[in-house]
Amino acid sequence: MNFKLKIWRQYDRNSKGKFAVYNVTDISPDMSFLEMLDAVNRNLAKKSEDVIAFDHDCREGICGSCGLYIDGRAHGPQRGVTTCELRMRHFKDGGTIIVEPWHSKAFPVIKDLVVDRTAFERIIQAGGYISVDTGSAPEASSLPVPKANAEEAMDAAACIGCGACVAACKNSSAMLFMSAKVSQLALLPQGDPERKRRVQKMVETMDREGFGLCSNTYACEQECPKKISVSHIARMNREFIRAKLF
Amino acid sequence: MVLNSKIPEGPIQQKWDNHRFNIKLVNAANKRKYTVIVVGTGLAGSSAAASLAELGYNVISLCYHESPRRAHSIAAQGGINAPKNYKNDGDSIWRLFYDTVKGGDYRAREANVYRLAQVSGNIIDQCVAQGVPFGREYGGLLGNRSFGGAQVSRTFYARGQTGQQLLLGAYGAFSRQINSGRIKFYGRREMLDLILIENQARGIVARNLETGALESYVADAVILATGGYGNTFYLATMAKYSNATAIWKAHKKGALFGNPCFTQIHPTCIPLSSDYQSKLTLMSESLRNDGRIWVPKKSGDVRNPKDIPEDERDYYLERMYPSFGNLVPRDVASRRAKEMCDKGFGVGSTGLAVYLDFADTINRNGKPWVEEKYGNLFDMYHEITAENAYQTPMRIYPAVHYTMGGLWVDYNLMTTIPGLYTLGEANFSDHGANRLGASALMQGLADGYFIIPYTIGDYLASNKFPAVKTDHISFKESGKKIDETINQLLSIKGKRTVDELHKRLGKVMYDYCGMARNEAGLKKALELIPQLREEFYKDVIVPGTADSFNPELEKAVRALDYFEIAELMVTDALHREESCGGHLREEYQTEDGEAKRNDDKYSYVAAWEYKGNGLKWDLNKEPLTFEYVKPSTRSYK
Repeated sequence: MNFKLKIWRQYDRNSKGKFAVYNVTDISPDMSFLEMLDAVNRNLAKKSEDVIAFDHDCREGICGSCGLYIDGRAHGPQRGVTTCELRMRHFKDGGTIIVEPWHSKAFPVIKDLVVDRTAFERIIQAGGYISVDTGSAPEASSLPVPKANAEEAMDAAACIGCGACVAACKNSSAMLFMSAKVSQLALLPQGDPERKRRVQKMVETMDREGFGLCSNTYACEQECPKKISVSHIARMNREFIRAKLF
Repeated sequence: MVLNSKIPEGPIQQKWDNHRFNIKLVNAANKRKYTVIVVGTGLAGSSAAASLAELGYNVISLCYHESPRRAHSIAAQGGINAPKNYKNDGDSIWRLFYDTVKGGDYRAREANVYRLAQVSGNIIDQCVAQGVPFGREYGGLLGNRSFGGAQVSRTFYARGQTGQQLLLGAYGAFSRQINSGRIKFYGRREMLDLILIENQARGIVARNLETGALESYVADAVILATGGYGNTFYLATMAKYSNATAIWKAHKKGALFGNPCFTQIHPTCIPLSSDYQSKLTLMSESLRNDGRIWVPKKSGDVRNPKDIPEDERDYYLERMYPSFGNLVPRDVASRRAKEMCDKGFGVGSTGLAVYLDFADTINRNGKPWVEEKYGNLFDMYHEITAENAYQTPMRIYPAVHYTMGGLWVDYNLMTTIPGLYTLGEANFSDHGANRLGASALMQGLADGYFIIPYTIGDYLASNKFPAVKTDHISFKESGKKIDETINQLLSIKGKRTVDELHKRLGKVMYDYCGMARNEAGLKKALELIPQLREEFYKDVIVPGTADSFNPELEKAVRALDYFEIAELMVTDALHREESCGGHLREEYQTEDGEAKRNDDKYSYVAAWEYKGNGLKWDLNKEPLTFEYVKPSTRSYK
């Protein structure tokens, strides 16, 4: 397969970026999107040109490092996969592919396709955990959790923190990311003692970091590689109101 | 060098308790006067950093990712062991201890393994309290499954994402300590040197991967929790950037390297399909609980697997090992798959694959049952291969997955450098020559949550630490050397990319130091590796600059170390003239092709001491004694 790629190039945080065009040939349909970019980079390196920087690591869809905005879609055209899992067979041979970094005020570009997502870290640091020192835990089976709750908590906990939800949202909202953590811990009895404080602290931090309000378009759910449901946003809203009013 | 493993006195059941009572404590109010560096934020690193910070120590944590949550522990799928005996099926600390020593083919230290089994129950308690959403039964209690060669159900799991959930639990504890100010976290940093001052580990030099700047960090002790060195093979299930640099730099500063040749090749990976492939993807071994492994009885049979009748299939593991069947340990399953393919029974376009078939389970329990248990794995398989494994059997082949070897540590997890500790996969300690399934997560968290918080206190309380600042000459000298290396790499301007050269090294390692090894092959590898290394220094091309975000330069810096560590792995494999666990020397097999140990000669840890730039090593031996689990020939028949 052959493609024309239009890729965002930006030297560093302070430089202005622009699109550069690359033609790639002999791409196998079984290649992952990142392996296709590896091929482009190999050619660039051979010419002693600066390679295209993109975040990646596990290449099996779980570490959350990779994330490219491909033809206007976070993680490209397939549902439920990350960029590293996406295969070239889903693209039209001979076509043009536009590759951009996540765009959001809260995620500044570091270089080319790499963005700074540490705003997510600060949201979690504000309260996305249960405060339990090592050694102080009770026996694991002393607290039964209904299976349905445990399963739903797991659905939420599957978030990989890639930021696709923010990239997909026209308001750059981090509601899906944050609500996944709030919801997971609200569904479990272990999370109960801190539930009010947690949701308030996390929402405060999210606002401060420059993420927008929920657009209610459900684009986040559509583009989430782990198919995390917007119902967690609804639960988070309930948790927030409950924390404020009661 | 005389190796002192510092195994405490007393019966094995009491060693850890005795030790905890006998070692020194740092007074609660004094803990804040000490600083500890933790490199790496996987299960071992983040649990250690969080636990030490909770105790009141100042912690400096670094990793090459931007976020601590992305470490490769996150990719572990299957589960974590603990002998809670919730299933009433005869499990106990003793049984887990026994299974682990035996599974490691009698090349692990008994006292360490017993302690691991002892604290494993506490790990589950801790993780549940953190909100890790383990799989549960309808009554609301925790579920367990049997996993990877165990005859009892002791594995706790969170769908196929157990590593991720455990890491996010530890990450929560870690984030809480960042919030409290006791952990200072530095992301996108790569450790490039260890700093010793007056023979104590007192700091590190790291490169800021965004700006290229070299940065110095000072502490009273240093912990490496940087994972294994499996990427030496290029194609492995490790994350692309997972690397050996931190432990290798420490090795070159005097930390002995234990059993470098002990590598685990995992049996259930998606086979290689062509040359562009950048990594191999593992599918959880839990698949072997319900899938049946087979090849056609006729060599070169290219029929669609559905058209091959039952009596023309060879369920070779069930045939050879009637009592364990498809659940034999990883090394056995991998070796047999390779053997079947070598004999021409392999399937798929390359002939390097065997079938893993779920048809029977789907007929018995229905597709929804399989979907609930393994859905994400089937999805992943589909995305990669475009095949539907509900309808046609999966194809699998072994891939490098874990390294049992690592920096030598004593019972306190301290290396031969005072004040330098190593946790998790980066150390050599608990798995002997082969690691059992669901025990990597267990070891990482045991080391981080429940061992290092005690043992590091003993060191800090027993030693004096002269005041050191980052302007100390050692940091400057180290920085100068690193600059020289980086400038050298950038100035070679050869013709081959780092990946091209690294891939060739990986091929040599797979061919001669992989699932089966022999003297001639290993000697051949010892000729080829230095040639490749030389070629690397002559012909590599690294574009870009030193003072910018430069992924090619990062790769080149890591690759240099692979070219050296490969030589040590092969040297170790050549010297160990026996087969044990994952180390199969073809010359030493039983008549029916099982690994044949030589306990009289090789019942020791091979701890290699670096002797300078010509890549020379001295072999030191830590004898292993087995008082409680008497060595026998592993038999899974």
